[in-house]
Amino acid sequence: MRLTGFLLLAGGWIIVLAAMALLPAGASQVSFVLVALGVEALGLTLVFRSHLTPGRERR
Amino acid sequence: MTPLRAPALSEATAALCFVLILLIPCATAGLALINAGLGRFRNAAHSMLSALCVMAVAALVYFAVGAAWQGYAGQPAFAVHLGGQDWNWIGAGHFFLRGMELGGWSSLAALFGLMSVALVAVIPLGSGADRWRLGAGCSSTVLLAGATYPLFAHWAWGGGWLAQLGFVDSGGAGVIQVVGGLTALSITWILGPRRGKFNSEGMPSALPGHNAVLVLLGCFLAWLGWLGLHGAGALLFTGVEAGRAVLIAVNTTLAAGSAALCVAAITRARFGKTDASLCANGWVAGLVAVGAGCAVVRPAAAVIIGLIAGLLAVYSVEWLELHFGVDDPGGSVSVHAVAGLWGLLATGLLAAVIPGPWLAQLVGIATLLGCILPLTYGLNWLLNKLSLQRVALEGERQGLDLYELGAGAYPDFMTHNEDFWQR
Repeated sequence: MRLTGFLLLAGGWIIVLAAMALLPAGASQVSFVLVALGVEALGLTLVFRSHLTPGRERR
Repeated sequence: MTPLRAPALSEATAALCFVLILLIPCATAGLALINAGLGRFRNAAHSMLSALCVMAVAALVYFAVGAAWQGYAGQPAFAVHLGGQDWNWIGAGHFFLRGMELGGWSSLAALFGLMSVALVAVIPLGSGADRWRLGAGCSSTVLLAGATYPLFAHWAWGGGWLAQLGFVDSGGAGVIQVVGGLTALSITWILGPRRGKFNSEGMPSALPGHNAVLVLLGCFLAWLGWLGLHGAGALLFTGVEAGRAVLIAVNTTLAAGSAALCVAAITRARFGKTDASLCANGWVAGLVAVGAGCAVVRPAAAVIIGLIAGLLAVYSVEWLELHFGVDDPGGSVSVHAVAGLWGLLATGLLAAVIPGPWLAQLVGIATLLGCILPLTYGLNWLLNKLSLQRVALEGERQGLDLYELGAGAYPDFMTHNEDFWQR
């Protein structure tokens, strides 16, 4: 789960870079950036959750 | 994308900038005091010494390699050709500050970089308080000052691709605070919570700081330091005229004040009493949040930025602890990462420029979360595999002052109610 979370974070960033490099300025570029932020939010949630797994000691 | 040039500074502006840069160590000292005060008494000397050591390591590593990789606008840099544009991604300057033009813009930027990297290095100490070894903190700082910080600083301040897109971060809300805050988050994840922080059901218990006076004194010092940080950063990297320094100081003060009052009101309403340590966190969160747009927002917008930063500081501390088990004694994640991200977004929304740079700000936020967080976590995770970052159980029980330094901060002070043993 942790690795997936970090991959989603990095993937979201790559979508942002791709949108800025390949798409013309306008609605499509903004949409891609917003979607990428959504992907990153999902990744961040997974990384947070992964640090709560039962294998991790909570003292 | 158009290559950027360093703004020209008149002699008077350069002199003002130099004086403002000299105030920045007050911010570092303030944060060090806040971290020490929010930690436990048996780790106080260790906390202050750690701050001094990581500042020294950060400055030396930045001098050796960091400044070269950060680079400056208009100086040589490596670029990647993508989508028909050149993406300037890392500086190609000389190591050890060789070839620096003394007395010029670049020497002021290098001095600012030295002061800033020392400030960044102190931020993760708050989250690793009471359990982070001195040597491990210094090793982690090598990675922060030599890789993570220069990389993002180049993108935002060194004429890199984010700056070319129009990303605005006058006072370092992203470059300094969020980078430091995300490193702090990585450290809390890697170290795990302090012993006794969570019970067997996972419910957190309060481990209050040992000295509220140190914490509040740190806030006063931080205010002074942030005035210098925001002023000098805006003059050097946003290219605003010297007369704007007054607006920057007004915005900085208003944001800090409104954030602290917001926290005071919330804690009073919720708990019946005003919480000193949370108010201190709110004060710093306001300073952090207004950093990005301190030179481009109006005073009323600075108040709004501060109020929301205060709100975020209170609720994110609680939320991270209760729902995600993050043990962050100094509140570094909430105060620096969360408030800094809010500041970057707010600058895009509230900048007194039409149209505001909001898309570039979103790209900056996405870069911090999608690139800098995995990078800093990965580097610290590898470091932890090479050498365990957390102190041994005996050290945590005894206190880091005695265990690592051989003497406590308060030799005449005795305690009979060891919080370590509370369950």
